[in-house]
Amino acid sequence: MIAPRSWLPTPVLSILLLVVWLLLVRSYAFGQFVLGGSLAILIPLLTHRFWDARPLIGKPFMLLRFIFRVLGDIITANFEVAYLIANPWRKLKPHFIEYPLMLEERFTITLLASTISLTPGTVSANLRMDGKSLLIHALNVDDEEALINQIRERYERPLKEIYEC
Amino acid sequence: MPVIIEALISLLLVAGGIFVFIGSLGMAHLRDFYMRLHGPTKATTLGIGCMLIASMAYFWSVDGKPDAQELLITLFLFITAPVSAHLLAKSGLHLRLKHAVKTQGHPIELRAEEVGEKPVPHPDKGHG
Repeated sequence: MIAPRSWLPTPVLSILLLVVWLLLVRSYAFGQFVLGGSLAILIPLLTHRFWDARPLIGKPFMLLRFIFRVLGDIITANFEVAYLIANPWRKLKPHFIEYPLMLEERFTITLLASTISLTPGTVSANLRMDGKSLLIHALNVDDEEALINQIRERYERPLKEIYEC
Repeated sequence: MPVIIEALISLLLVAGGIFVFIGSLGMAHLRDFYMRLHGPTKATTLGIGCMLIASMAYFWSVDGKPDAQELLITLFLFITAPVSAHLLAKSGLHLRLKHAVKTQGHPIELRAEEVGEKPVPHPDKGHG
């Protein structure tokens, strides 16, 4: 990992910006590297004051595994929701669930809330002002405890290990 | 273009279309606001993902070089879709929109006296 410097406050974000720039212009010419590179340095310099403290990725490989797990879950979530919507004999059991958060950083809570919205039958609806619990609306729930446990073990614990340890 | 790739692309396009359609059906047909949110956040993301992969495969086989722009669209979609859903749900809670009676759990955002007897009226006879 590259250490942050005064002219490069967020190395990872800069690299990401450069990659996105190159993919957007669809060209790998030297000039594009220079332009993308200077943008990648300038944009974080101009904007980094607005942001929260940036969390450090403790375990990149776990992050990769987490991303693949979420992608897989997105696909199964889609099949589940599609079935629930398309089945005319369904009996939906919608449910508001209070989810007690274990995470503390705002950035990781955002990640968790987004993950919850993208995966099986749940949409994160509100983060309480104290940042201690998340209100989730679920489309079809039989067992509230099981859902909370599933979110805790499947998403929150890995996120906690990746970012907050 | 080989037949297999052609078949794969068509399959992805059809699957994507079906998912987007089901997502929109859910948005039009479910009983209350909070349930309607589920359709567009999930079914639609996968549907558009399928279409973008199909587009990527098509232009790869036509131009002969891979192109990752569609991946960027998918990435942006995956970043923005949950955020917009969260904001919609949040504003729904703030406006105290009624939810279906069978919904379990009583968040403090929706006080008991604010929840009506009937779900949000809908022109169609929804089955849900």
